[in-house]
Amino acid sequence: MRHAHSGPLKQAGEGALLALTGVNTHIGHYHILQGVDFAVAQGGFTMLLGRNGAGKTTCLRTIMGMWRASAGRIIFDGADIAGEETPAVARRGIGYVPEAMGIFAGLSVAENLTLAARDGPIDTSRLEWIFGFFPALKKFWNLPAGNLSGGQKQMLAVARAIIEPRKLLLIDEPTKGLAPAIIGHMIEAFRELKRTDTTILLVEQNFNFARALGDTVAVMDSGRIIHTGAMADLAGDPGLQQQLLGLSLDAHQ
Amino acid sequence: MSATKTSAAPRDPGIDKIPLALIPLVALVALPLIPSLPTWVTLTVAGLAMGMMIFIMASGLTLVFGLMDVMNFAHGAFITIGAFVATSVLIPLARWSDADSLWMNLAAMLPAILAAMAVAGALGWFFERVIIKPVYGQHLKQILITMGGLIVAEQLIHVIWGPDIIALPKPMTLRGSFILGDIAIGKYRIAAVVVGLAVFAAMFLVLNRTRVGLLIRAGVEDGEMVEALGYRIRRVFIGVFIAGSALAGLGGVMWALYQETVSSAMGMQVMILIFIVIIIGGLGSVGGCFIGALLVGLVANYVGFLAPKVALGSNILLMVLILLWRPQGLYPVAKR
Repeated sequence: MRHAHSGPLKQAGEGALLALTGVNTHIGHYHILQGVDFAVAQGGFTMLLGRNGAGKTTCLRTIMGMWRASAGRIIFDGADIAGEETPAVARRGIGYVPEAMGIFAGLSVAENLTLAARDGPIDTSRLEWIFGFFPALKKFWNLPAGNLSGGQKQMLAVARAIIEPRKLLLIDEPTKGLAPAIIGHMIEAFRELKRTDTTILLVEQNFNFARALGDTVAVMDSGRIIHTGAMADLAGDPGLQQQLLGLSLDAHQ
Repeated sequence: MSATKTSAAPRDPGIDKIPLALIPLVALVALPLIPSLPTWVTLTVAGLAMGMMIFIMASGLTLVFGLMDVMNFAHGAFITIGAFVATSVLIPLARWSDADSLWMNLAAMLPAILAAMAVAGALGWFFERVIIKPVYGQHLKQILITMGGLIVAEQLIHVIWGPDIIALPKPMTLRGSFILGDIAIGKYRIAAVVVGLAVFAAMFLVLNRTRVGLLIRAGVEDGEMVEALGYRIRRVFIGVFIAGSALAGLGGVMWALYQETVSSAMGMQVMILIFIVIIIGGLGSVGGCFIGALLVGLVANYVGFLAPKVALGSNILLMVLILLWRPQGLYPVAKR
C-alpha cells in the first residue's frame, strides 16, 4: 500500500456508495482476494486496474455474490451485502456486465433488453436515449443476439445493464477483443452515460480507455489494492504507471 | 474481422429448417421399402403418435437438464407413477370408460389424467427439494442419487399397487381404427397426435410469448447471468421441474393406455428412448426434443416392421448418425 495515497481512500470510505473492507475470496484451493480494501464514491467512474490475474474479475464477482467472500465486509448503499445471493445483490440496484458479456445468444436483442428491464416494460424514452449512442441495437432489434458482431454484443451487454437506472454498474473489460474504432465508440457512449449520475466501477486492461474515462483509480496486485487515487495523477506519472502496472503509457502506445 | 466494421450486417438465420426436413425425409425413404401404401400410412401415423407421447414425457427432462445441468435418472418414476395413479382412478370408473359414449369416456379420462399430473407434479416437487437440491452441480452424485430414487419409487409402487402387471383398456371411443379404403388408422394414435401437438403448442407459446418463457430460455443458456439480472433462477427451475414431472405423468397415462398395460418397470423401459430423444434434439432444446421424438417414433415403427430384431438398435444407430452430423444435437443450445 502506498501510504501517500491512503488518504483519499479513507475519505472515500466515508459516505461511499460501495466500500470493501478486508474482503477475502477463496476459489477452491486458491486464495484469490487477500484482504481487499477500497471504496467507490457516489457518482463518477472508478477504474480498477492491474495485471492479469491480480484479482479484478474476482473482485467484481465477489461484490455480485457470484463468489462468496470468506471474510470481510462489502457495504453497498449502507447495507452489508457480503453473503447475499446474486439476485438480491442485483435488486439492490447493481448492474453487471461480465467479461464474457453474458449475452443470451438465442434471444433477440429486444428479448435480452426486455428481460433486463425487470421492473416492467421498457421505458421508451430511455431506450431511445440508448439507441442514440448504440444505433446498431435499434437496427438489429429483432435479430438473435448471437448473430451480432463482438462490438455490437458488447453494446447490448452495456445497454442491458443500463436499460433501467441502476445505482452502480460493475463493468468487466468492455474493450476486450474490440477493434480500436469500436473502442472509440465505446468511450463516446460511456461519456454520454457519465452525464447521468450513474456510478461505475470498471475493470480495464486498456490504459488509454481507462485514462479517457476514469475519475479515480484503484490498482490491484496479487489479490490486494496497492494504490488508490485520482486517475489524472496516475495518467501524468509514467514512473508510477511503470511501478504499478508494469507499463508506461508511452510504451503502451 | 467483422468486429472492425460496425456496419457489418448480421443476417437473421430464422429457424434452422434442416432438422425439420428430416421428418418427411425419413418418411419418404421408408416409402419404397414398405410393400404397401396403406401399411406405410399406418406405420407413419403410429410413428408420429409414438413420437408425440415420447415428446410429452421427454420435454420436461430436457428443460431440467438445460436449466440446472441436472441429470435426473428418476424421471421415469414420474411416468410410472402417473400411469398407476390414472389406473387407480380409471378402474372404479370402468363403466364410464367402457361406455360407448364420448362424454362418459371423457368423464372417466379427465379426472384420471388430472390426478396423474397432480401426483406426478407433487412427487417432482418433493424430489427436487429432498433429493436433487443437495447435489446441485455434482453430476456423479446426481446420477447415483436419482438412480436410487428411481429404485425406491419402483419399490413403493410394488408396495402400493403390487408387483403384477395391470391391464388398462383404452376408453371405448378410442378403441379400433378409422378405415379409409385400405388404410387403417388407430383412433388412439390420432388422439395421441392431437394431445402431443397441443402440448407442443402450449410449450411453444409459454416459451416464446411470456416473460416466464423468456426467463427459461435465457436460463438454459446462462443461468448465472439471469441471476445477475436479478432473477432467482432456482424458483424458475422448481416450476419447470414440477411442470416437467406433471407432463411425464401425462405421458405415462398415454403410454400405458397405448400399451394397455401398466407395470412398475414401464418408466425405466421408456427412459432409454427418452434419453436418445433429448440427446438427438440437443440438451435443453424443446424444439429439438420434439423433432427428435418424432424421428425416433418413425424409425422405431418402420424398422420394427421391416426388421423387428434390430428395432431398438435402430434408434441408437439414429442417434449415432445424428451426433456424427451434429455433435451437439439437432438444435444445439448456446451455452455461455
